[in-house]
Amino acid sequence: MIYALCFVLIVVGLYGVVVKKNVVKIVISLAIMEYGINLLLILIAYRRGGIPPILDETMNVADFARQAVDPLPQALVLTSIVISLGVLALLVALCIRLYERYGTFDITEMRRLKG
Amino acid sequence: MMINWLPLFVAIPLGTAFVIPMIAKRLRWVSDLLGNLAMAALAALAFLAIDGQGICHIGSWPTPLGIDLRLDGLSALMLVTINLIGLLATTFSVPYMERYTSKLRYYSLFLFMVAGMNGVVLAGDIFNLYVFMEIAAISSYALVAFGCEHEELEASFKYAVLGSLASSFILMGIALTYGITGTLNMAHMAARISATGMDRTLVLALGMFLCGFGLKAALVPFHAWLPDAHPSAPAPISAMLSGVVIKALGIYVLARLAFNVFGVDLNPHLLRIVRLLGLVSMVVGVFLAIGQWDMKRLFAYHSISQIGYVALGIGLGTPLGIVGGLFHMINHSVFKSLLFLNAGAVEYATETRDLKKLGGLNRAMPVTAQTSLVASLSIAGIPPLNGFWSKLIIVLACVQAGHYWLALAAVIVSLLTLASFLKVQRYAFFEAAKAGLERVREAPLLMRTAMLALAALCAIMALMVLTGMESPWLVGPAANVLNAGVFGTPLGP
Repeated sequence: MIYALCFVLIVVGLYGVVVKKNVVKIVISLAIMEYGINLLLILIAYRRGGIPPILDETMNVADFARQAVDPLPQALVLTSIVISLGVLALLVALCIRLYERYGTFDITEMRRLKG
Repeated sequence: MMINWLPLFVAIPLGTAFVIPMIAKRLRWVSDLLGNLAMAALAALAFLAIDGQGICHIGSWPTPLGIDLRLDGLSALMLVTINLIGLLATTFSVPYMERYTSKLRYYSLFLFMVAGMNGVVLAGDIFNLYVFMEIAAISSYALVAFGCEHEELEASFKYAVLGSLASSFILMGIALTYGITGTLNMAHMAARISATGMDRTLVLALGMFLCGFGLKAALVPFHAWLPDAHPSAPAPISAMLSGVVIKALGIYVLARLAFNVFGVDLNPHLLRIVRLLGLVSMVVGVFLAIGQWDMKRLFAYHSISQIGYVALGIGLGTPLGIVGGLFHMINHSVFKSLLFLNAGAVEYATETRDLKKLGGLNRAMPVTAQTSLVASLSIAGIPPLNGFWSKLIIVLACVQAGHYWLALAAVIVSLLTLASFLKVQRYAFFEAAKAGLERVREAPLLMRTAMLALAALCAIMALMVLTGMESPWLVGPAANVLNAGVFGTPLGP
C-alpha cells in the first residue's frame, strides 16, 4: 500500500516534468520525483517494528541483526539528497539566467533551437 | 602495484579542480598549465593501466564493506579513451577558451567531469557508479551553459532536466535491485541474480536502467537533448560530450550491466531491444543530420547515428559483434572529437558555423581543412582509415549472426553519412570563398597540434586491426570481459 503511494508520488513528479510549461514548475516536479525515489529507498530498508540500527553494549548481535532496520539505504538517501541539492541549485540558477534573457518562465517561448 | 594507484584516476582531477581556482586567480597561465599537466599525467597513467587488472579496496576494507575500484580490460579501454581525448581537448582549450571570461572555472568543471567519468568506469559498486555519474553529469550541464547566451541556457536547461530524469530512473533501478539482491556490489549482485533468476521487480529495474542509460547515451527515442546540448557547448566540451561522455555514462554502463551483472542468458529480449534501439538511432540520426546547415548540429546528429552503430554491434551479442561495437566506440571518440575541434577552429577564425556563409577555407586554413577531410573520410568509412575497419567488423558480424537486413542498413547508413560529409567538405572548405572571409587566418599552434594528433590517431588506429581482426590490441581484452558473461569469482588480490 505504502509502496503504491510512493509510486504515485514518482508518477506525479514525472507528469509535472512532462506536462508543465513553466520552468520553475518543471524544477519542482523533478524535486517531487526525487523525494518519491528517496522514500522508496527508505521503505525498502524499513521493517515493521524495527529498531534504529545503533548497537549498544546491552544488546547481543544476533537479536540486533534480527530487529534493526537496514542502515545502508539511509546512507544512500543522504547521499542522494546532497546530489539532488546540487542539481536543484544548478537548475534554479539556470532558471534565473533564462528569465534574465527571455523575460519569461514559459518554456514554449524559448525556441531559439530547432531542427 | 598498479592497482593501488587506481584512486589517482579520481584524485588527480578532483585535487587539481580544487587547486586551480585557489591559486590561478592572479596568474592566468597557471590554470592552463595545471589543467594540461593533470590531463597529461592521467593519460600516462591510463596507458600504464592497460594490462593491469584487479580490485583496489580503498582504505583496505574487504569487498562488501568498503569502496571498490575495479580495473579490467573494458575499464582500461575506457580510461585510455577518456584521458587521451581529454588531454587533447585541454590542449585545444588553451587558445580557444580565451574568448570566454572565466578560464579557471572552465578547467575546474572540465576536471570534475573527467574525475566523474574515470570514477564511473572504475566503480565496483553500483551506487558509487551513480554518484560518479552525477559528478560528471552536473559539471557537463554547467559546461553546456558556459557561454550564458540564449541558446546555451536553453540547451543546458533541456539537458539538465532530461539528465536528472535519467538519473532518477537509474536511482530507482538501483533501489529496486538493492531491494531484491540486498547488495550494491556489482559482482555480488551478479552472483545473487544468477542464483535466483529474474523476477518481475528485477525486470522493472532493468527497464529503468535501460531508459536511464539510454537517455544518457542519447539513443533514439531518448535523443532529444543531444542535438541542442552538444552544439551549444564550447568546442572542446562538444568534443568531450560527443566523444566520451555519452559513451562512458551511457553505452559503457549499459554494456556492463547487461553482460556482467544481469546476464544476457537470463534476459533473452534485452539484446534484441538494444539492437533495435541501435538500428533506429542509426537510421533516424543520419536522416536528421543530412538536412542540417549548422556545422556542429550536423555533427551532433551524426553522434546519434554512430552511437547506433555501437549499440547495434554490442546488441548482436556475438564475440565479433562486441569487438566491432567497442572498436567503433573508440574510433568514434577520435574522429568525432576531431570534427568538433575542426568546427571550433572554423568558428574561432570566422565567427560563424553556418555552412551557407562559409566557403573556400582550404586555402586559408590548410591544417583544419586537411584534418577535417581525414575525419570525414574516417566517419564515412572510407578505407584505410579506422572508421572503415570497425564498420566492416560490425557488418561482418551482422552477416555472421544471420541478420542480413541489419548489415544492409549499416551499409546504407554509411553511404548517407558519406553524402552528408561531402556536403560539409564542399560548402565549408572547397567552394569559392564568400565575401567577408578574406581575412581568415589559420588557428593557433596548440589548436593545430591537437587536431593533427587526432588525425594521426585516425590513421594509426586503423593499424590495430593488424593485431588480429577478432581481437585487436586493447579492444580484444575489453570484449573478452563482456563475453565472459556475469561476474564470476572476484578478480585477483
